[in-house]
Amino acid sequence: MSLWVDKHRPRVLDDLHYHAGLSARLRALAASGDFPHMLFYGPSGAGKKTRIACTLRELFGKGAEKLKIDQRVFMTPARRKLDVNVVQSNYHIEITPSEVGNYDRVVIQELLKEIAQTQQVDLSAKQRFKVVIINEADSLSRDAQAALRRTMEKYMSNMRIILCTNSTSKLIAPIKSRCLLVRVAAPTTEEMIDVLRHVGRKEGFDVPDKIAHEITEDANGNMRKAVLVLEALKMQSTDLDKPLTIAKPDWETYCHKVGDMIIQEQSPARVMEVRAKLYELLSHCIPPTIVLKTIAERVVQQVDESLKAEIMHWAAIYEVRMRIGNKKIYHLEAWVVKVMSLYKHLFYDINMTDFDD
Amino acid sequence: MSFFKQQGAKAPQKQAVDPQHQPWVEKYRPKTIDDVSAQEHTVAVLRKTLTSSNLPHMLFYGPPGTGKTSTILALARQLFGPDNFRSRVLELNASDERGISIVREKIKNFARQTPRAQAVASDGNAYPCPPYKIIILDEADSMTQDAQAALRRIMETYARITRFCLVCNYVTRIIEPLASRCSKFRFKPLDSSSTSSRLAYIATSENVSVTDDVISTLISTSHGDLRRSITYLQSASRLSASTDPPTQITPSDIQEIAGVVPDTVINDLAATLGVEPISGDATSRRANGFDEVRKKVKGIIREGYSASQILSQLHDLVIEHPTLTARQKSRCALVFAEADKALCDGADEELQILEVGLRVHKALSP
Ligand SMILES: Nc1ncnc2c1ncn2[C@@H]1O[C@H](COP(=O)(O)OP(=O)(O)O)[C@@H](O)[C@H]1O
Ligand SMILES: [Mg+2]
Repeated sequence: MSLWVDKHRPRVLDDLHYHAGLSARLRALAASGDFPHMLFYGPSGAGKKTRIACTLRELFGKGAEKLKIDQRVFMTPARRKLDVNVVQSNYHIEITPSEVGNYDRVVIQELLKEIAQTQQVDLSAKQRFKVVIINEADSLSRDAQAALRRTMEKYMSNMRIILCTNSTSKLIAPIKSRCLLVRVAAPTTEEMIDVLRHVGRKEGFDVPDKIAHEITEDANGNMRKAVLVLEALKMQSTDLDKPLTIAKPDWETYCHKVGDMIIQEQSPARVMEVRAKLYELLSHCIPPTIVLKTIAERVVQQVDESLKAEIMHWAAIYEVRMRIGNKKIYHLEAWVVKVMSLYKHLFYDINMTDFDD
Repeated sequence: MSFFKQQGAKAPQKQAVDPQHQPWVEKYRPKTIDDVSAQEHTVAVLRKTLTSSNLPHMLFYGPPGTGKTSTILALARQLFGPDNFRSRVLELNASDERGISIVREKIKNFARQTPRAQAVASDGNAYPCPPYKIIILDEADSMTQDAQAALRRIMETYARITRFCLVCNYVTRIIEPLASRCSKFRFKPLDSSSTSSRLAYIATSENVSVTDDVISTLISTSHGDLRRSITYLQSASRLSASTDPPTQITPSDIQEIAGVVPDTVINDLAATLGVEPISGDATSRRANGFDEVRKKVKGIIREGYSASQILSQLHDLVIEHPTLTARQKSRCALVFAEADKALCDGADEELQILEVGLRVHKALSP
C-alpha cells in the first residue's frame, strides 16, 4: 500500500491545488507546440516534481506515467565505470547527476548526445521531442553546466530539458538564459490546509481545524512533510481527537539537545561532548548545513537579543567554510566554540569588540 | 536505451523544425556578419577577410548572448557556402569531449588534412572558399590548460592550411601562448538602442505587439544579453497568446519570466531592515529586532525567490537610495559583497539572506 503522499499526488495539471495561474501557463505552453527548456525552482516540498510530472502528462498523455527504472553504465575518459540510475518512460528520461559527483559532466555529455541522436520510436507520440529531466540541478558542476550550454541550443529540435532545483544561484548565467524560469513558491497556510482536507476526504475523514493548523505550522511550507505527518497522526489516533504530538524526527531532537548543551555549560569538556554528538549526526548522513541551522535556531531561542545576530553571523560564516573545506566537523566545532565564547563573554560582560575579526 | 532507435553513429542530426515552432534565438540568428548588431568594429574587420584570402587565428571574447557564436558561424558560412561547410569547418563546444587526447587526435587530424577542392555551389552563389579550414573552439574557456597547451603546436604546425577561432567569455582563461597567437575581438554587451531595435524587428516579424515599457523592461532585465531578451520575449508572447482571450504582454510578465523579485517584496524587506521607504512618509520606517528580520527572511525564502536575485535588487535599492548616508551605504556594500562571494561558494541561501538582513539592519540602526 502506498503512502498518502503518493496515492493522492495529483496526476494532471487540473488536479493541482494551488498556484492555479502557474498551472494554466504550463497547460498553455504544453499545447503551444513550442515548448521551451524550463527551469523549475523553489523550496523543498513545494511541489516542483509533481508539477513537472503533470506537465509531462499534459505533453504526452498517459504514456508518460509508465515508468521504469534502469541502471546505466557510463565510462569516464580514464575508463572508470559509473553507475547511474535513470527513471524513464517512452517520452522522457530523468536523471540526478549529483549521484556521480564530479563525473556528472560525463553523464550529461553521453546521455544528451545519445538522446539527441535518436528519434522518437513511437510515431504516434504527441511531440517530436523527448524530455530530459535533470534533478538537483544546483549541484551540477561547472563543467557539467558548460557541457549543457551549446547542447541546449543545438539539439532543440528533438530534445527539451527540464531542470529542477531549490535555488538558481549556483547555475551559470548561460544556462538560465536558455530556460524559461518557473518559480514554484511554497504553498501558504490556507493552501496547505486545503490539500490536507482534500486528502482527508479521500480517505474518508474530516481533518479538524486545530490539527490542520498544527501540521502546517510544523511543516513550514513543505507539502510533502505535511501529508506525511497527517498520515502518521491518523495512525496514532483514528479519530484525531486525543491530544496529539507531532513527532519530531530523531535527528532534530538530537540537534536541539546539542543546542541546550551549549547553553548549559561552556567548557573544553563540554566541547568534547558536543563533538561526539556532532559526529553521531554526521555519521547518520544528516546534511551538515541542516545540523548547523537546526542547532543555531535552538540556541538563538535561548539567548539575549544582543547575541542573536552575532550567533547567526558566525553560523553563516562557518557554513560557507564547511562547503569549501574538507572536514565538516572542524567547522561545526569551530562554530560551537565561537558561540560558547560569545555567550560566556556576554555573561561576564566583557567587551568583545577586540575579538571580532 | 532499447526503445530509442539508434540512427547509427552519425553526428547528431539537425532536423528541420517547423519554423513556427523554432526558438526565436535560432530563427533570428544572424545569417551573415552584416546581420550582427552592435559589434561594428569586429564586423568591419571581418568583412575585409571576405575579400582577401587571408585570415588570422582569432579569439572572440565577451559576455554571453552578444553574438560571438553567431558571428563566427556566419563568417564561416559566407566564406565556404553550404556545400563546403562540412569539409572545411569543425565546430567543437563544451558539450564535446575536448580533453587532451581529443586535441591530439580529432583536432590534429582535422587540422593536418589538406583542404578539399571546392565543391560546386549548389545554390548558384559564388563563395570565396579560401584554401584553408577553420576550427571553431566554442566555449574554449572550459578547456583544460593541458588541452590548450596541446593546441599550441597544432596551431603553429598547420597554420598554412588551418585557422583557429577560439570563443570564450573570459579571455583570461585562455593561456597566454594561445591568446598571443590570435587577433582578439571583444564583443560588448549590447547597448539599449541596438537591443531595442533588434527586439522590435523580431516582434514585428512575429506579429507580436509590444509596448515601449515592455521593451525597456526586457532591456533592464537582460543586461546586454540579447539571447536572454529574445528568450524572454518569446516566452512572454507564448504565454500571452495562449491565454483565452489573448492578452497584451505586460512589463510584470517579463519580470516574472526573468525571475525578478517584485518591487513590493523588496521594498517590504528593505523597510523591515530599516531602510526608509523612498516614497511615503518617513514615519513608516519600522524599528525591528531579530525576530522580525528573521520572520521576513523566512517568508521570502518560502516564496522561492533566488538569493542572488534578492541580493542584487536590495543592493541597487540601498546604493541608489536618496537619504542614506555614504557611510551607511559603504557598510552595506561590504555586506553585499561578502554575501555574493559566499553564495558563489555555494552557501546556504537562507543563512546568507538572514546575514545580509541582520547586518544591513545593524548598519542602519541609529
Ligand atoms: N550582436 C548580435 N546581433 C544579432 N543577434 C544577436 C547578437 N548577439 C546575440 N544575438 C542573438 O542571440 C542569440 C545568441 O547569440 P550567440 O552568438 O550564440 O551568443 P554568444 O555570444 O553567447 O555566442 C543569437 O541566436 C541571436 O539571435
Ligand atoms: Mg556561444
